[in-house]
Amino acid sequence: MAINKYLRERFFPHLWCPGCGHGTVLNGMLRAVDKLGMSKNEIVMVSGIGCSARISGYVDFHTLHTIHGRALAFATGVKMSRPELNLIVPMGDGDALAIGGNHFIHAARRNIDITAIVMNNRIYGMTGGQYSPLSGQDIIATTAPYASIDPSFDVVELSRAAGATFIARTTTYHVKQIDDFIKQAILHEGFSVVEILTQCPTHFGRKNKQGSAVDMMKLYRDITTPIGSKAKQENPNLIERGIFVQEDKPEYCREYEKIIEKAMGS
Amino acid sequence: MQRNVKFVQGNEACVEAAVYAGLNFYAGYPITPSSEIAELLSGRLPAIGGKFIQMEDEIASMCAIIGASLTGNKVMTATSGPGFSLMQESLGYAIMAEIPCVIVNVMRGGPSTGIPTHGSQGDINQARWGTHGDHSILAFTASNHQDIFEMTVTAFNMAETYRTPVILLFDEVVAHMRERLVIPETGELPLVDRLRTSVREGIDYHPYLPREDGRLPMSDFGGVHRFNVTGLYHDMWGFPSSEPRVVHELIRHLFDKLENRVNHLARYKEFFLEDAEYVLVSYGSAARSALHVVKERRLRGERLGLLELQTLWPFPKEMIREKCANAKAVIVVELNLGQVLQLVKMAVNNPERVFLANRIDGVFITPIDIMNILRLIQGKGV
Amino acid sequence: MVFSGSGGQGVVTAAIILAEAAVIVENLNAVQSQTYGAAARGGATRSDVIIAESVIHYPKVIQPNFLVCLTQPAYNTYYPIIRPGGLLLTDSRFVKTEDKVDARQIELPMYHSVMEQIGKPIVFNICMLGVTISLTRVVQPESILKVLEDRIPKGFLEMNQKALDVGIELGAGLKI
Repeated sequence: MAINKYLRERFFPHLWCPGCGHGTVLNGMLRAVDKLGMSKNEIVMVSGIGCSARISGYVDFHTLHTIHGRALAFATGVKMSRPELNLIVPMGDGDALAIGGNHFIHAARRNIDITAIVMNNRIYGMTGGQYSPLSGQDIIATTAPYASIDPSFDVVELSRAAGATFIARTTTYHVKQIDDFIKQAILHEGFSVVEILTQCPTHFGRKNKQGSAVDMMKLYRDITTPIGSKAKQENPNLIERGIFVQEDKPEYCREYEKIIEKAMGS
Repeated sequence: MQRNVKFVQGNEACVEAAVYAGLNFYAGYPITPSSEIAELLSGRLPAIGGKFIQMEDEIASMCAIIGASLTGNKVMTATSGPGFSLMQESLGYAIMAEIPCVIVNVMRGGPSTGIPTHGSQGDINQARWGTHGDHSILAFTASNHQDIFEMTVTAFNMAETYRTPVILLFDEVVAHMRERLVIPETGELPLVDRLRTSVREGIDYHPYLPREDGRLPMSDFGGVHRFNVTGLYHDMWGFPSSEPRVVHELIRHLFDKLENRVNHLARYKEFFLEDAEYVLVSYGSAARSALHVVKERRLRGERLGLLELQTLWPFPKEMIREKCANAKAVIVVELNLGQVLQLVKMAVNNPERVFLANRIDGVFITPIDIMNILRLIQGKGV
Repeated sequence: MVFSGSGGQGVVTAAIILAEAAVIVENLNAVQSQTYGAAARGGATRSDVIIAESVIHYPKVIQPNFLVCLTQPAYNTYYPIIRPGGLLLTDSRFVKTEDKVDARQIELPMYHSVMEQIGKPIVFNICMLGVTISLTRVVQPESILKVLEDRIPKGFLEMNQKALDVGIELGAGLKI
């Protein structure tokens, strides 16, 4: 397979469970990079902590595996100092929106050219299945034995309000969309968010009686629908997939270049 | 009028020195009494093609400078107690991943919000032990603007030499007062540039394989060598490992690279120590009052001396033991409840002869305060 | 010496200009510091300046030889710290002095003179600085002018020069 050249096979096998959706996301991400014909040297992948964050170790880019929740802050430092590099930041739902929520909204507000991928499995997998800010209500987790009462964020609406200029959502069932959306997100100049629903059969599926990995992926097929579809009008509970926001706004590093010009001129 | 003479605050002396040392990336969050550093750099850095960013908090600031350092920049952030507390986790990351960076903590009274507009030296132990796990750290301080300049340049040099975060512990008193600063000419102070690998493209580069002298040549993110950086224990590739041998070797390396060089890293100044019966040990702003006392009492024939510490971590135990060996008593002058006092007691042969002259009420310690304590120690009464 | 007043009166700026003139122009040693709280405007402000030929270690002033108080609260707070026999300068519009002070007290209509001759309260502090150097002779007026030229936009320079002259004249009229 052509995308194998992007893997650090020296460090395999990976640590993900059988049936985990994260490998599908990795696959889609590498296909996107391959289609764009990017050089490995121009990609920096920054991740935080969690199952999703281990993705950075497996790819042959410049990789920065940081601390929990702060990947976007590290990435901001890299991007600001070398704007010509492409920054891809895969994050889990807890990593991105619980401990990392503040960095997420501020990176979006600045519209800094970083591609944020939220791998949303609605659970903290690595620590053993605690509920996350994307779990939503009525979910069984190791810290919610009586079912969760916390409402969840809507990643798309949160990103939109915070100022992200490219926002898309899909699932591990819709593999073609994964590489298409990530490709467009990388090409987009500005802060891009791609939310990918990804199954955790070990911790989320088992406790919430969603069956095997395949059953969970079939569920993604059944509970999602393209943006603005007729099905959505008939059943408002369906989760929309597609590109929600795609707009041109001043990008942070480019704006800073103007500051440098101003400062050097004076 | 000499062009390179300035009349500035201590914070500005730090900024001048950082620029002199080659700083080209700063990330920070406003906090008293360090904010002047950010304000000045927001103007200075873009004018020399550098970058300044005001982040959403101190956690993000520390993370951003680590990211920027990896692309080959000399980086810095500045803060005070509450922000320094927030930076501790990522400070540990920089220690573990061996990322050169400089963190300025302009100390104010704590704990918590404490007393923002008054000086204190209460973060000495936090600088050493603030982040979790066994590690070593470099921390410097200074008592006047010329020394702030020199120690700031030293901090950048040490950060590059040892691939480590370096902490500058200044305090509100020196940071906000103004006095003369003579900016050295280019080349007058030596600068250490980043040590980059000579391994060529296509040949395996091992980011965490030390050379014979223990140093680790770096390769910039975006360059021809791609590698992994992590806060986990890692092997020579930078890949996570929990193998006991790898873990043991790494923790020893991180600790020993500084602790084995304590004497080499020790910066200090001494005044009238040759025949001193009473040795004052002090640092930062407090050392100014201590030196005032020493000079004044020398005029009256009293044999007082001052040992001014500029390296606080790793703590220069042996040097202190030696310098205090002949003293009738040692008086540690500091603006806290005895953080350096305890260290000096551990260092000297007669810990029962070590006393504390301090103030902890936000008021800067006066020469009279020190004199009164000294007389009590001498059995003379105030 | 100690300059005191309320936030926004420019006592800190005046202290900085004086100390900078001493260091940069006259090659003396000087240290300037200030005590302050959280409020940017209002509240009591104090700035300490030490000027000496030798190196200055302890940076604060315990007993000023020269004390300026531009408000009543500042006067009430700080008059007890003056060195016996020192000079205490107040503005006659803002401060009512007490008899018990062991210092030579000088009350001058600085604010009034500035308003009458220049019309802008913003240079009140520079006028005070003029009086200060006229009474103490710690630095030459030309040195202050040099610092003002470096610090102040051209359009405002003349006004500041004038305020300095007004102060110097007010001070010169006194026999000390």
